[in-house]
Amino acid sequence: MDNGIANPALSARDYKSSVKPVWCPGCGDFSVLSAITKTFAELQLDPAQVAVISGIGCSSRIPAYLNTYGFHGVHGRALPLGVGLKVARPDLTVLVTGGDGDGFSIGGNHFLHACRRNVDITYLVMDNQVYGMTKGQASPTTAPDWALSKLTPEGPGINPFYPLVIALASGANFIARASSSDPNGTARMLVDAIRHPGFSFIQVLSPCVTFQPEQREWKKLVHPAPVEATSDPAKAARRLMTDDNLFVGVLYQGTRKPFQPCLEADLEHAAELDEAFAI
Amino acid sequence: MSTDSVSIAFAGSGGAGVLTAGNVLLEAAASAGWYAYLSRSAGPQIRGGESVTLLRVSRNRVESHDDDFRLLLAIDWRNFERFVAELPLSGDSLLIGDAEAGPLPECLAAYAARYCELPLKRIAKGMSQGRPNMVALGVLAAAIGIPCDKVTEALAHTLRDKGQAAMDAGAACVTAGMECARELPLIKLPAAPAPRAHGERLLITGNEATGLGAVRGGVRFVSAYPITPATEILEWLAPSVDRLGGTLVQAEDELASVNQAIGASFGGTPSLTATSGPGLALMLESIGLAVAAEVPIVVVDVMRGGPSTGIPTKSEQADLGMALYGLHGDAPHLVLAPLSVADCLFTTQWAVHLAEALQTPAIVLSDQSLGQSRAVIERPADLAFIGRRQTLEDIGERYARYAVTTSGVSPMAIPGMPGGQYTAEGLEHSEAGTPSGSAADHAAQLQKRRRKLTDFDYGTHWAEIEGEATTAVITWGSTTGPVREALNRRAVAGWATRMVAMRLLAPARPDAMRQALDGVERVLIVEQCEGGQFHHYLRAHYDLPAEVRTLCKPGPLPIRPQEVYTRIEDWH
Repeated sequence: MDNGIANPALSARDYKSSVKPVWCPGCGDFSVLSAITKTFAELQLDPAQVAVISGIGCSSRIPAYLNTYGFHGVHGRALPLGVGLKVARPDLTVLVTGGDGDGFSIGGNHFLHACRRNVDITYLVMDNQVYGMTKGQASPTTAPDWALSKLTPEGPGINPFYPLVIALASGANFIARASSSDPNGTARMLVDAIRHPGFSFIQVLSPCVTFQPEQREWKKLVHPAPVEATSDPAKAARRLMTDDNLFVGVLYQGTRKPFQPCLEADLEHAAELDEAFAI
Repeated sequence: MSTDSVSIAFAGSGGAGVLTAGNVLLEAAASAGWYAYLSRSAGPQIRGGESVTLLRVSRNRVESHDDDFRLLLAIDWRNFERFVAELPLSGDSLLIGDAEAGPLPECLAAYAARYCELPLKRIAKGMSQGRPNMVALGVLAAAIGIPCDKVTEALAHTLRDKGQAAMDAGAACVTAGMECARELPLIKLPAAPAPRAHGERLLITGNEATGLGAVRGGVRFVSAYPITPATEILEWLAPSVDRLGGTLVQAEDELASVNQAIGASFGGTPSLTATSGPGLALMLESIGLAVAAEVPIVVVDVMRGGPSTGIPTKSEQADLGMALYGLHGDAPHLVLAPLSVADCLFTTQWAVHLAEALQTPAIVLSDQSLGQSRAVIERPADLAFIGRRQTLEDIGERYARYAVTTSGVSPMAIPGMPGGQYTAEGLEHSEAGTPSGSAADHAAQLQKRRRKLTDFDYGTHWAEIEGEATTAVITWGSTTGPVREALNRRAVAGWATRMVAMRLLAPARPDAMRQALDGVERVLIVEQCEGGQFHHYLRAHYDLPAEVRTLCKPGPLPIRPQEVYTRIEDWH
């Protein structure tokens, strides 16, 4: 590949750190990690020019497993960390990652507003419909009758949060669903998401084999999206009305201009601002 | 009561224009050479509530209000009883009301003998585009002897965007008001000091000075969520930081604003956010993240009455405990407080410098009485603190972001620096930044994060120390103004007193305090907090002499110089 740099092409392995993941054997997040490193290799990103930002949860451990810059923040606040970083440093590639609890429950408000603001970052949520790190409680995407948690022994009893609908309604500029059972397909989608200007959102179905073992079946149930991505939000909305939560593909690619303030100075010294107060 | 200054109060219902007119008078007094200090007291309503502008004009620098007001002018008396407690009057105070505004309120009956009515509204009605607040402005200017030309100049400046007709109408009202005040007893304002060259002094609010300090310190990313009484910092910074090549982002909430600042600073840009008590409460968890991940940020808290929503438009020093102790875990960080309107600039700039140099969050505790007050100040020198964020220059084979160094400060790689890749980590971590639950890593990182703050050389900026005496007053933040004034009066009366006004509250510096209290036998602690948070803080961290008195009062009433004076008067 001619990437215009003197170094020989970087392979997926070059983006991995030496830190060993804490995940359970069989966790879907392993293949998401592999999809991320494949994506970076495909885009031949300079590891020093990439920042991977996360909150708290099993999947939020990802930054430590990568050889890029990373930030493992507090629970639910990965998106504002990523937004602040990208606005101040538009030259960087910023990937925000995390789970469904981190992104849709404690961080739900930031998800709405990150979609609205449309900063040129990519948000990848590994959705396993459960809080794994705290040992198996219902998350915002858990089915109402899921009764395996001591915290909600009768099931959470409330309807799940619908990330793609919320993303579309809130103005995300790229919306897709992927499955950890297909790391190459996930990587292709992530390449498109990173390339797409503005806020890109990918929900990755990533099974929790420990607390939601039936999710092992996902790999048999997921199926390609029935139609191509659209740039018409109304069409995308109609498709979501018949969504079985298991299609995989790009739903929507919008054309909204990303939010990026100009960072050029017209004053050299801050002290010049005193003049407005001089008497 | 000071003889170098005159204090006046100008009241009216919200929207009547008492703040606009008061500011014109302030500008006129400033351009005529006086020093002046203006504060406002307002209810929460946007229009139609109660509002009063308090102005003190002086020969010398003024940083706070006097004990009482020599002149009170009210355009109307609606809801006046709600803030009468904030307007102490004296036996010879002059009261002026509008002839159409009804009788003097019951709460002012004691001053009836010094009350006079003027036809402010009638005069305004008789003029084209006449406004009672402008007529009242003329009355006030005449009563204290501010030259007419300075008032009309300042008025023209204020109304410059409203067109010539508005300026002419305003000037005509001022002239009519001055005419109408001719019969009033003149309140003698001491002669203005010698004129100064343009630019030697600034007319500025504490919130604007805070913004100026931030950008002078190098802040180029600001995240914002509006909150009274901090919003003006953010509003001033929005265009200003932009002109300097930075940006301000309005976030969805304070959780987002503090994290945006942390994200931007992780990227190498000095970052700040400003809020008030409720917002700081929301930010605390993430300020702890900035401690653990060692990311510099500055968070300004312009304190207001609390707890909960409290009194949003009025001042109190009651967030000290939260700022010092509100972070979970053992989380050393910086807490600073400006001591005056002018000092908002210095302290904020210093906070940015310290946060950057020490790679840690700094909380700056301003308050409503500093932030929303406007004063004539000496133009602060363009300081350049030595030493900035220590970044990575030479990347060795194995870069360790959280390397345990002698100073405790570890060189910080900034995204983009090849070979410096690390993960900023809120989990406890090894030197390399890898998550770690080991006792050894925890102890080493805790100690390094504490050491970098305690071993740093803060120089003499940690406090303003004045006077040699066996009696001392210890205070912090905005109450420094009335304390200093009380001690000046004591000096005039022949009593020396030492003042220790603390600017740096965390880390505590017991050795510096021991020196500051050398030879001191008794101490008065002054703070605007009912619960004595500052008193308890001093007890926890410093050796105090056996004899300690306190003056711990809640907001919103400011601490008056005379209260401080009286509290130590019998203590010799």
